Amino acid sequence: MSPWLPILMAVPVVGAIVVALLPKGSDKLAKQVTLLVSLLVLVLTGVVAAGFKPNGDRFQFVAEYNWIPSFGVKFGVGVDGVALVLIALSAVLVPIVVLASWHDADGVKSADGTVIAPKRSVKTYFSLLLVLETMMIGVFAATDIFLFYVFFEAMLIPMYFMIGSYGGAQRSYAAVKFLLYSLFGGLLMLVAVIGLYFVAGKNTFMFPQLIGVIQDPAMQKWLFAGFFIAFAIKAPLWPVHTWLPDAAAQAPAGAAVLLVGVLDKVGTFGMLRFCLELFPEAAKAFTMPIVVLAVISIIYGAIVAIGQNDMKRLIAYTSISHFGFIVLGVFAMSDVAQSGAALYMVNHGFATGALFLAAGFLIARRGSPYIEDYGGVQKVAPMLAGFFLVAGLAGLSLPGLSSFVSEFMVMIGTYSTEAHGSGALTAAAVVSAVAVILAAVYILWMVQRVLNGPTAEPVKAFKDLNAREIWVLAPLVALIIGFGFFPKPLLDVINPSVQETLTNVKVPVSTIAEKGTGQ
Amino acid sequence: MNSIPAPTIEYGTLAPLLVVFAAAVIGVLVEAFAPRYLRKAIHVPLTLLSLLGAFALVLVQVLRGRVSTTASAMGAVAVDGPALFIWGVILVLSFVCVLLINDEGHFVASAAAVPGSADEEEAESMSGGVGHTEVYPLVLFAVGGMLLFPASHDLLTMFVALEVMSLPLYLLCGLARRRRLLSQEASMKYFLLGAFSSAFFLYGTAMVYGYAGTVSLPGINQALAVGASLDPLLMIGLALLGVGLLFKIGAAPFQAWKPDVYQGAPTPITALMASGTLVAAVGAVLRVFWVGLGNLDWNWRPVIWVVAALTMVVGSVLAITQTEIKRMLAYSSIAHAGFLLVGVMATFATPEQNAVSLKAVLFYLAVYGFTTVGAFAIVTLVRDPGGEAGHLSRWAGLGKRAPVLAGVFAFFLLAFAGIPLTSGFFGKYAVFAAALNSGTQPGDSMGGWMAGLVVVGVVASAVAAFFYVRVIVLMFFSEPAADGPAIAVPTAGTVAVIALALLVTVGVGLYPESVLGVADDAASSLFIR
Repeated sequence: MSPWLPILMAVPVVGAIVVALLPKGSDKLAKQVTLLVSLLVLVLTGVVAAGFKPNGDRFQFVAEYNWIPSFGVKFGVGVDGVALVLIALSAVLVPIVVLASWHDADGVKSADGTVIAPKRSVKTYFSLLLVLETMMIGVFAATDIFLFYVFFEAMLIPMYFMIGSYGGAQRSYAAVKFLLYSLFGGLLMLVAVIGLYFVAGKNTFMFPQLIGVIQDPAMQKWLFAGFFIAFAIKAPLWPVHTWLPDAAAQAPAGAAVLLVGVLDKVGTFGMLRFCLELFPEAAKAFTMPIVVLAVISIIYGAIVAIGQNDMKRLIAYTSISHFGFIVLGVFAMSDVAQSGAALYMVNHGFATGALFLAAGFLIARRGSPYIEDYGGVQKVAPMLAGFFLVAGLAGLSLPGLSSFVSEFMVMIGTYSTEAHGSGALTAAAVVSAVAVILAAVYILWMVQRVLNGPTAEPVKAFKDLNAREIWVLAPLVALIIGFGFFPKPLLDVINPSVQETLTNVKVPVSTIAEKGTGQ
Repeated sequence: MNSIPAPTIEYGTLAPLLVVFAAAVIGVLVEAFAPRYLRKAIHVPLTLLSLLGAFALVLVQVLRGRVSTTASAMGAVAVDGPALFIWGVILVLSFVCVLLINDEGHFVASAAAVPGSADEEEAESMSGGVGHTEVYPLVLFAVGGMLLFPASHDLLTMFVALEVMSLPLYLLCGLARRRRLLSQEASMKYFLLGAFSSAFFLYGTAMVYGYAGTVSLPGINQALAVGASLDPLLMIGLALLGVGLLFKIGAAPFQAWKPDVYQGAPTPITALMASGTLVAAVGAVLRVFWVGLGNLDWNWRPVIWVVAALTMVVGSVLAITQTEIKRMLAYSSIAHAGFLLVGVMATFATPEQNAVSLKAVLFYLAVYGFTTVGAFAIVTLVRDPGGEAGHLSRWAGLGKRAPVLAGVFAFFLLAFAGIPLTSGFFGKYAVFAAALNSGTQPGDSMGGWMAGLVVVGVVASAVAAFFYVRVIVLMFFSEPAADGPAIAVPTAGTVAVIALALLVTVGVGLYPESVLGVADDAASSLFIR
């Protein structure tokens, strides 16, 4: 029993209560407390990460408490490599988002005095953010499937309020769409969770004890479907992706980062851990249809992104394309592709986070999300333009930046996998490679229209990044470049846990992993 | 010479019931003899203390471990574990409802006042102390009926309980101080339809008596074990009994009265009906179907399957089109009745497994009742000049005008929707789990259909979430109207009601074992057969 994970989960929620109870008019204090708490969580996560032994037990920092004995539910937490890196991703992103959202609830006025966002409750925003952090950590740390489900559903609520109360003009439509899509998927998963409990007949929801228990292939398929639909909506996979562009475009930039960067990862994380390991036969049986959906997502997301005029919508569509890659990697059933997919989850969080935040800073200055309203930012605000460019290049997976490593691993792993013995996955890899070119189009074309060309009149008044904004973007860009050249620390943690997954799915582990890590 | 033996009455076991009825009778005497200005001062403590006393007597029975294992009062009443649990829940719920009733301004001075008439004007203008004090004994009679209804051990007692419970409620529905026409219409509709359904119930009782030769529930079950199970008398009787019972819980296709009655009735009475009456009626449904018709489950389960599915779908879908907050909550209550029926269907071959299903239903009843009372208590506080601000558009921007109130209401709505970390989630989980479990038992007659029903249930939950969320959108994401409703300053009673409801909803949401444990103890002994 290790107390670290429960402490990690308790700190933000205690912070949230403190922030919520601060007296009226202490907005600045609320922000400072939130930042401190989130930094404390980051430090604690660092302690956990330092204590994690990559080649030790699969689940470490395990803690189990009885929660609802009547239902056989335990408060069971523990992390494997993939969960650890995703918790770390959350812990890194939250303080950055706190800094980035510093003035979001204060009310925004554009240069010409029109109100873009009215003043809203600062304390509520930051306490919701901290509640969300507890749930993000909890959902990745849960080893009890019921507990996972509780966090999976409950984390919708703070995000729902963050979009609905603090978002753009269409915020309530976007918030409701987001909530209902996710809720619908989640409820189907609830049926599968209950079904798993009774079919397994073990009187427990603890994930490690449920691996390999369901033998009946037909039952596996039903339960797999229940889990997979929920995760596909969350990830999101074509054709259930339509909520994401709305939600991400309407959410405040900070919330959008957490939504796309972390919340959606729960979907792909769930596929990797629960869909594959609990229902290996079903996963193999459904591989081809899912790969087809993933490839459609990759190409469709990229093509639609090219046509977007709203920057945040554009980034959301690029994410749909990237999530297609992650799903492809997960279901390619080779260790390189799956390690690549897990790494992609982290890298995508950093890259898209940076892109959303840089775009958010542009929007805060100009008051418009539309690309056509910009032009020539490069000349007026070179630093902002520089960060925007680097973030964009990470989005198109430029070699030397972190996303390249993961995208390359997914493609090479999918291309060379022998799990299916057919050329179908090879073909999938080839087709999805087209997205690399499309990515260059959507990113570079946006960058060109926003940063270059004659400086538009309203853009001339732009101020360059201030110190706070540099502190937001610099760490992300440092991580993007750092892991671009040296992904080994992440892969060392991810690889053993992916191999464990593949062992449970009964797929032979090849040796290409070594080549992959050599990138 | 044969002397007629005196019936044995277990006064100790029946004490909670007797206390409530005695207080009701004293209440009537107070109405007759006490001077008008004193009546309320006598009624309020009398009512609250009797409910509290009855609750204490329930606790005493439970804590001393003297839960009876045989039927009391010559086999007329069964005070078993589940009955005691339901009694406890009803008594607490009605106690908090009385706190709401106690608030001034909900009731008309005279039930006979014609809307818009001079009488009404006069009654309105008279200064304090002229409140409608008959409300208190009426509520006590209704509560007494609610206690007896789920504890009845034979169909005749159950019919009497049904009437004792319903008659005062018909009258109470017509006593709303404002929107008199709506209130009187509600009262009339409820009375006519209710009387109709009571007739169905009575006729069904007669038919079943014709088949089994007894009205006692275990007697009927024994007759089923040996007799022909496709006897027309039995089939007709079963169908008629079902209509009477399903009407009371508001299951489709017998749900039509609920929105009108819930809307027209004074809100504290709506709260009492939505919580206490529903708990009592589901208890009675359980007892009739599990005890009386336990040997016929292959016969009624397919029927209830259809009713449950229909109820969940009708409740969730029609709620979307509602624009009145109380009508919306009424449809929500219909949907929840459907979820409860899912639990009623989860029967097994062994008593141990049946106890788990029973626990699920009891747990659901308890947590749903508290959340409902809390939600209606908040509805009473949002007021327009002409009474409660019922129309949903009036709730726009409430989150900015009264953030705490709106936040608590939003939390109750999320609990209705079954979002995790609220009590409502665990209620839903419990009944769905019980239903799926019964479907996976080898040899279960419904088999995969139970899984199908649960899928219908979750889809209905997702649809239902839409209209709960719509209210949250209105309250928090819309700008307040310039002439928005006033938020009444809540009295201490109302604050206590909301606080208790919130405490249960949050507390059970975080640590459901607290109530599950009690429900488990209550359910483990199952019903007396």
